[in-house]
Amino acid sequence: MPFQPVKFYQTGTFTVGNRLLEPEVRSVQANMQRTNSLNSGHRACQGCGEALGARYAIDAAMNASNRQLIAANATGCLEVFSTPYPETSWQIPWLHSLFGNTAAVATGIAAAMRAKGRRDVRVIAQGGDGGTTDIGFGCLSGMFERNDDVLYICYDNEAYMNTGVQRSSATPPAARTATTMPVGPEPGNVFGQGKNLPQIAMAHNIPYVATATVADLHDLEYKVKKAIGIRGAKYIHIYVPCPLGWGAASHDTIKLARLVKESGLFPVYEAEHGVVTSVSRIRKRVPVEDYLRLQRRFAHLFGKVPAVATIARIQAMADQNIRKFGLLEEGTHS
Amino acid sequence: MSLKQCEGSRAVAEAVALCRPEVICAYPISPQTHIVEALGEMVKSGELQPCEFINVESEFAAMSVAIGASAAGARAYTATASQGLLFMVEAVYNAAGLGLPIVMTVANRAIGAPINIWNDHSDSMSQRDCGWIQLFAETNQEALDLHIQAFRLGEELSLPVMVCMDGFILTHAYERVDMPTQEQVDAFLPPFVPRQVLDPDEPVSIGAMVGPEAFTEVRYLAHAKQMQALELIPQQAAEFRKIFARDSGGLVRPYRCEDAETIVVALGSVLGTIKDVVDEMRAEGHRIGVLGVVSFRPFPLAAVRDALQAARRVVVLEKSLAVGIGGIVSTDVRMALSGLPLPTRTVIAGLGGRAITKASLHKLLRQAQQDELEQLTFLDLDGKLIERHLLREKQMRRSGPLAENILRDVGVVAARIA
Repeated sequence: MPFQPVKFYQTGTFTVGNRLLEPEVRSVQANMQRTNSLNSGHRACQGCGEALGARYAIDAAMNASNRQLIAANATGCLEVFSTPYPETSWQIPWLHSLFGNTAAVATGIAAAMRAKGRRDVRVIAQGGDGGTTDIGFGCLSGMFERNDDVLYICYDNEAYMNTGVQRSSATPPAARTATTMPVGPEPGNVFGQGKNLPQIAMAHNIPYVATATVADLHDLEYKVKKAIGIRGAKYIHIYVPCPLGWGAASHDTIKLARLVKESGLFPVYEAEHGVVTSVSRIRKRVPVEDYLRLQRRFAHLFGKVPAVATIARIQAMADQNIRKFGLLEEGTHS
Repeated sequence: MSLKQCEGSRAVAEAVALCRPEVICAYPISPQTHIVEALGEMVKSGELQPCEFINVESEFAAMSVAIGASAAGARAYTATASQGLLFMVEAVYNAAGLGLPIVMTVANRAIGAPINIWNDHSDSMSQRDCGWIQLFAETNQEALDLHIQAFRLGEELSLPVMVCMDGFILTHAYERVDMPTQEQVDAFLPPFVPRQVLDPDEPVSIGAMVGPEAFTEVRYLAHAKQMQALELIPQQAAEFRKIFARDSGGLVRPYRCEDAETIVVALGSVLGTIKDVVDEMRAEGHRIGVLGVVSFRPFPLAAVRDALQAARRVVVLEKSLAVGIGGIVSTDVRMALSGLPLPTRTVIAGLGGRAITKASLHKLLRQAQQDELEQLTFLDLDGKLIERHLLREKQMRRSGPLAENILRDVGVVAARIA
């Protein structure tokens, strides 16, 4: 969202209260007319970041598209917890086909809408990090390359949670998963080069790429709204903590999403046609340790003998993001 | 109607265009390419509209785009072959499970390894249980006609339809075809009215999870729909005849089966060669006929039984191999004949483009008439090559890559093509 001077609404938080904002930038969630597109009664875990992110994003998209929205959904937690037949939490036309083809299915829906002259209908594809960065990557890249009129939203909880917390290419170094156990000389996930999907999306020169977290509702809604208003391929990567997979407290979902940004581990920014146009500045920098300590998946770093070197490597990753994106610089947009 | 001389792929492309598809997605694989190239040109020139032509990045994406388009209420078409069909398998099953009436041409081609671009039926046969209707074309005219019938059949039943035509033999052959007019096709094929559609005004969730409490029923209904197709296919062929004034499609097509002692069962373009041989053998006094199977899925058990039961022996000649047991089509034919004292022989022929010659067929069918055929025969199998290779494997552990060894033994390849 455009720069907004912070007005403290509650002591000690960065929450910008709706009543202090202009009506047009007030959150969709705060509106009585919100669509509850992912309705209550679904089977997500308590504190599920993905359910929260999807609800925020799809309600915002419904608002921005004048309720003319169709979504394709990858296999995964979001699909399973929302639609065990005959129940469905979706209040929008919604299609689940497969795990790895969601971007292509959305392309097909968008093509059908074009053929039928329904320019008003907007199309979303959504999936978790596995469905996006691994198995669905080919179809996603194809959709980007053709610049199909689809908004792809990745809810990144950094592992295959639906199948029981296995490593994906979005799993961070040192993290414990069922397939990267905290054993041996280098416990947890390996330190690789990573697979930075927002940057890869930007390399396709698509009209719009953004990252967001569930800790900043206004920013997330603003980005979804902006993306819905753009023709062509759009990609939004939303960071969504997973209490179950990460071994985190359900009540820490928002806190973790805030800390990952404030530490610099997850840069929050926007890019248009391959160029970063705004970054969300770190307001109060924290060491990565503050973020890592809240999660059992990193517990092996904080044993009797703390893994100082490993923690330092993770801190170095955060520092590199801070330098690369100018996350501490004055004058950048919030 | 207009008679024209054109390539099989062109004929199919024009027929598909006459069906007013709204979304076509394509990924190139030989020998399907000419079909989608022609359609791509028609869309780009504006000749075919409104229609979206999407160049996708894989066959998996091609079928997935078709799924999205069909679920959004658009008439969707794609074409593939061989490895491409295998690459999209997950989405092929998904389209059937979701009940989306996509029409797909399979330009039949062998499956590797060893990689081979030539014709046989291994690709389509690998998908016989995926829930799609599978129709096999004998000629370019029939390939053209079956596409028009496929859209109507699929949309009537909410099932996807695969039109199988022999790669190269049909797709690349120039033949005279009778191209229908737009008015004829419009009279036969009504606009697509989906049973389920992604519509913002009436939101539904499509493709959600079904547990053990209802999965069997859902699968049963898939089978029941194919059983309905057994009735619909002949009805539609009859209606097709009224409008287009020719016989195309249907479940099976008997040829000179009356009083036949031996009946050869086959699918696709090889039927033409077999008919020629049958004509020649009939002229010599042999009582022999042919049964062409047009609809392989659903498999017309009753029609096949009716057509074959008066014979004394059945020879199933098929361009596919179920490794480890033998025939695929012949297994289904035996099912149709169960309880009848009717010996059924399997002949595997034409794998990977091996020419099925009249000379070989004459020899084979004369053996069949004398009841000299084995249960399983590989037509024109080079036994010496096999023996040499088996000996090589016996003699040394590191005997090397099989395909290369065989080719080295064959010698100059061009000299082998009869």
